[in-house]
Amino acid sequence: MSFAPATITAVRQETPGARTLTLDAENWPGHKAGQHVDVRLTAENGYTAVRSYSIASSAASGVLKITVDRLVDGEVSPYLVDVAEIGDRVEVRGPAGGWFVWRGTSDEPVQLIGGGSGVVPLMSMIRSHGDAASTAPFRLLYSVRSPTSALFYDELAQRTTSDRSLTIDFAFSRATPQGWPSTPARLDRAAVEASVLTPDTGATIFVCGSTPFVEAIANWLVEAGHPPDKIRTERFGGIGVSP
Amino acid sequence: MTANVLDGTAAAGPLLELFSVDLTAASGRCEHCGHVCVIAETVLYDQAPGLVVRCRGCDGVLLRLVDSGDRVWLDLRGLSYLEITRD
Repeated sequence: MSFAPATITAVRQETPGARTLTLDAENWPGHKAGQHVDVRLTAENGYTAVRSYSIASSAASGVLKITVDRLVDGEVSPYLVDVAEIGDRVEVRGPAGGWFVWRGTSDEPVQLIGGGSGVVPLMSMIRSHGDAASTAPFRLLYSVRSPTSALFYDELAQRTTSDRSLTIDFAFSRATPQGWPSTPARLDRAAVEASVLTPDTGATIFVCGSTPFVEAIANWLVEAGHPPDKIRTERFGGIGVSP
Repeated sequence: MTANVLDGTAAAGPLLELFSVDLTAASGRCEHCGHVCVIAETVLYDQAPGLVVRCRGCDGVLLRLVDSGDRVWLDLRGLSYLEITRD
């Protein structure tokens, strides 16, 4: 599998720093929830840059949408978030990655834990869960600075109403919505233990966020009795890959 | 450009150009320390002339991939084996 041409067919501003791009890629075979694509940009002088982005759209949709968070000093994300327009052409390779994936083939409980833009592959799982009318218990713990920087905030609220087997817990670290029952705080061990499915549920746990976030959460989960082989992690660092 | 430390999962795309199965979902045994880990959860450095995948247990090199455009070099000598589950 190599790079294929793709056209940007829609853009949506999610937060001040993040946009969702819909990509129409040649011969796109569809994806599984949790997978990513590599996006290649080529400058007029031939210089290329490749970055991996998590797919945000539902597996059932057959549509490729990536949600990109602008990284300070980023080489590719500022273009995708601030500059790219409908009709622009890029190249994509994928879908890629078969580990951090929810296949939707069982009703086994699933706990999702996302930090910041680490929620993107988890959103693909939540959307896929809804589209498939899955009855697998799904619970999301989303750690984010504030409601305005939360990705998919309105859609998540709407989905907790429409998808009866979905539960969502927000952990706001800097600012909460008005009337929120708790004050902003960094996610700590007690909060994690209070808002994730317990080990006796046999839940598979997907954790995605920055490296320190993932490391801390994974350690707390193991100490709380979750079997390490039930915990799947994905760390991002503005995932960049040389060609 | 800052030095990126990524997960092995970011090597999935480049490896898909060479193999028909996703190798990042495979478990590999580190030849250096014996640690067995899913490739997706290893450590990947992408600021070398190619990709370097290292063991999370001992930091030993598991895999190196260098792509010059018309040729690819793949060094797997840091892996004793890969266990691949059929999809």
